[in-house]
Amino acid sequence: MPELLQFLLSGITVGAVYALVALGFTIIYNASDVVNFAQGEFVMLGGMITVFSHAAGLPLPLAALIAIAATAAVGVALNKLAIEPARGAPVVSLIIITIGASIFIRGATQLVFDKQIHRFPAFSGDRPIAVGGATILPQSLWVIAGALAVFFGLWLFFTRTLTGRAVLATANNRIAAQLVGINTNYVMTLSFAMSAAIGALAGVLVTPITMTSYDVGLALALKGFAAAMLGGMGNPKGALAGGLLLGLLEAMTAGYVSSQYKDAAAFVVILAVLFAMPQGLFGRKSTDRV
Amino acid sequence: MRLSGKATTLLVLMAVIAVAPVFFPSSYYYRVGSLIFVNGLAVTGLVILIGYAGQISLGHAGFAGIGAYACALAPVHLGLHPALAAVLGAALSALIAFLVGRPILRLKGYYLAVASLGFGILVSMVLSNEAWLTGGPDGMAVEEMGLRAALKAIGIDLSNTQFWYAFSGLVLVIGAWLALNLHHSPTGRALRALHGSEVAARTVGVDVARYKLVAFVVSAVYASASGSLLALQNKFITPDVAGFMHSIEMVTMAVLGGAGSVLGAILGAAILTTLPQVLTVFQEYEQLMLGLVMMLVMIFMREGLLPSLARLVRGRGE
Amino acid sequence: MKLFTTTALALVLGLAAPALADIKVGATVSETGPASFLGDPEAKTLKLLVEEINAAGGVNGEKIELVLYDDGGDPNKARTFATRLVEDDEVIAVIGGTTTGTSMAIIPVLEDAEIPFISLAGAIEIIDPVRPHTFKTPHTDRMACAKIFEDMKANGYTKIGLISGSDGFGASMRKQCLEIVADYGIEVLADETYGPTDADMTPQLTNIKGKDGIQAVLNPGFGQGPAIVTRNYAQLAVGLPLYQSHGVASDGFIELAGAEAAEGVRLPGTALLVAGLLPESDPQRAVVTAYKDAYEKATGKPVSTFGGYAHDALRILVDAISRAGSAEPSAIRDAIEATSGLVGTTGTVTMSAEDHLGLDLSAFRMLEIENGGWKIVE
Repeated sequence: MPELLQFLLSGITVGAVYALVALGFTIIYNASDVVNFAQGEFVMLGGMITVFSHAAGLPLPLAALIAIAATAAVGVALNKLAIEPARGAPVVSLIIITIGASIFIRGATQLVFDKQIHRFPAFSGDRPIAVGGATILPQSLWVIAGALAVFFGLWLFFTRTLTGRAVLATANNRIAAQLVGINTNYVMTLSFAMSAAIGALAGVLVTPITMTSYDVGLALALKGFAAAMLGGMGNPKGALAGGLLLGLLEAMTAGYVSSQYKDAAAFVVILAVLFAMPQGLFGRKSTDRV
Repeated sequence: MRLSGKATTLLVLMAVIAVAPVFFPSSYYYRVGSLIFVNGLAVTGLVILIGYAGQISLGHAGFAGIGAYACALAPVHLGLHPALAAVLGAALSALIAFLVGRPILRLKGYYLAVASLGFGILVSMVLSNEAWLTGGPDGMAVEEMGLRAALKAIGIDLSNTQFWYAFSGLVLVIGAWLALNLHHSPTGRALRALHGSEVAARTVGVDVARYKLVAFVVSAVYASASGSLLALQNKFITPDVAGFMHSIEMVTMAVLGGAGSVLGAILGAAILTTLPQVLTVFQEYEQLMLGLVMMLVMIFMREGLLPSLARLVRGRGE
Repeated sequence: MKLFTTTALALVLGLAAPALADIKVGATVSETGPASFLGDPEAKTLKLLVEEINAAGGVNGEKIELVLYDDGGDPNKARTFATRLVEDDEVIAVIGGTTTGTSMAIIPVLEDAEIPFISLAGAIEIIDPVRPHTFKTPHTDRMACAKIFEDMKANGYTKIGLISGSDGFGASMRKQCLEIVADYGIEVLADETYGPTDADMTPQLTNIKGKDGIQAVLNPGFGQGPAIVTRNYAQLAVGLPLYQSHGVASDGFIELAGAEAAEGVRLPGTALLVAGLLPESDPQRAVVTAYKDAYEKATGKPVSTFGGYAHDALRILVDAISRAGSAEPSAIRDAIEATSGLVGTTGTVTMSAEDHLGLDLSAFRMLEIENGGWKIVE
């Protein structure tokens, strides 16, 4: 069954990319109930800034660190300048604000950098690793490890740290959180910085596989958003499962059914899951406020 | 002045459409005008869905795609007149909206957003993949509607851009009139009740699921008609019409102008249609400016431009 | 007094040089959006060349004014900009339509207005059937297919696999390749596709690899897709000859795919790509070297085939204006149709009333990637 194995490895690679993007959505959503459609731009910035710092002569690890730090700063700026002033706006307004932000970041990137497609070398070379008749690239292992590490990090953060619980408390009830002494402004800033940094890290990890350019963000954001909703928004477990499931679905459809309709198959499954489980696979139940 | 008044809205709309051409320096402005009306029509439908019923959709371009491709395909394969093809497209959109609407509308907030988005992407994927039928991503030609030639025969000679300005303007006025009628009907009241609070509406006996579905189906017909108009006007259509970006554009127009009022939403359509034309002077900064405008309006004029401006004017008056 | 002198000066100048009015040339290309990879070098090329031409004294003693719009790859926007160019800017000719979709949306506007239009897109539908005012500079996708199939046939490959991008470029080339493939006695045993933003194509390539009898693989596409296909191809050690399309004919492709993975890949390219390898006697050598040097000096980016399409379009137009000796659209149209022996980056252009492209297969060169560089194989 080397084909099946190859499809599985492909699905896990792509799924880990989606999962990394989806994980980025969770923190901001948890802290503010905002789905940040500019999350894909964080991934793009991570890749692009690394490309250009590396081209300017910096060693790759340093270039990646700069990219992550710079993107985190962009995340904080986004929160301060666009999300905080719009607090309490309806979902549809927030969607438009974050999409506006994503168009803005894209426009700025094409001015500061360029419109070409870029890539930097894989961390551990390009020699494929043979796994029972199928192969996987070392960089895919980096992406998978990155997704798992971010997942465990977030899980620990939300369940074991005071700050993480403060984030959840802020999301649940902002005023109550303030009453018990949580600095909600700090929580918001931290959430955006972390989300942006995770996005940038994703960009750094996936660029050797997917390549990057100023306009890769939207497609990544859509897939990551779909993955996060499939798993249940706000739950790191959901983001990881949703991402991997989406990647596997695409690979299996491309392998066994039709490569033309692999994206369609993924969305059909998402629709079916949402119809059966309106909160996604691992989503928290919500009740209407009257 | 009561901006929400039905007669006022229609009068303002008709006056602007009739008088604007006086100021047009060249017939290119008719083209921009007709695009505003085409977008305005789709956005009027979204007023019913977003503004009245309080539901979101990030997939309405899918219905525009169905309307557009109906006009491209039905004349070739079924021998229908392009105008009848537009009606067929609208009927098909209504049927599809009816079938997918019930399960989709059970979802809320972002879940509704992603489900509708998925629907829109599915439609654009079919249009783009089934190249034997639709010509694939490169698109296909659309037959001439023939109305302009008929008008010429009875002595009304309009240029192509003038004709489409007048025709889509007329369709928009009719669309706005129907939407305003709906607003003041019992259905409209039920929709606004469920917008306020679904639970409360249900408690007082409103069949929430049914009314949401009505809003969804009606708005789908508007989007479909807008897609048909675009296809007939351009005489060429590509799957972009059903794409995600077009869905976002439509929602942004509605919300930017003020999704609660027909006139506001049409104003939003006018601004976002004209903006890229104006921004060409900024060349490379165009995207930057567009993103900035979207953010600023939504942050500082939360209800949209028109309602915010109206409040400002009223505030001054007191 | 000052006003008087200015007016007098203007009058004198106006009388001395009655042809001072600029020639307005319009363009709408996809500088942003999914086709910006193509449209960006096109826009840069047009700006660069217009500057160059004006610095050298313009055409027929008149300067060229370029009115350039970015349609973002959206056919609806392209049509609006075409209307604007014709009705509002009153240009005498339009270059553009980076993609087939935008070109097809522009055509009805310009045909109605009887303004010459030179498209930069690949599909054969643009010039077949011939429309009076529509021309184009890139080879058709069908010609690229023909060039590849000729090479396959010469090498004895009769059973191939196809993996194409589902974007406009890939889908259009796939369609045209499938239409003519039987003429070369070649059979397509596998027909896979991928999305333009996909991250991994190993499932599709695994299926191609698993099909018995396939002797070579063809990948019509542009952007990052073909680079990923090439890398996955090496990862899976498919081991069959891989053909790419003219859509990736640029040095950037080798860089993205990696010299190791791209080793041995063949594709039909233009002279522009191998300027340094052309023999001195090659008529295109001077043209492509001049353009390549100027472009790379001005932008700091490697030259691409797509910028070359815009280069040729402007050259054809300027040549026609100078031969027509007037800036009347109808005269320019006739002059473009009479273009003969014009050496461009894509080939030597000779148009006629039946042929609004004016290129033949000889303009394509079959290239092979060797040690991270290009080699002409023929």
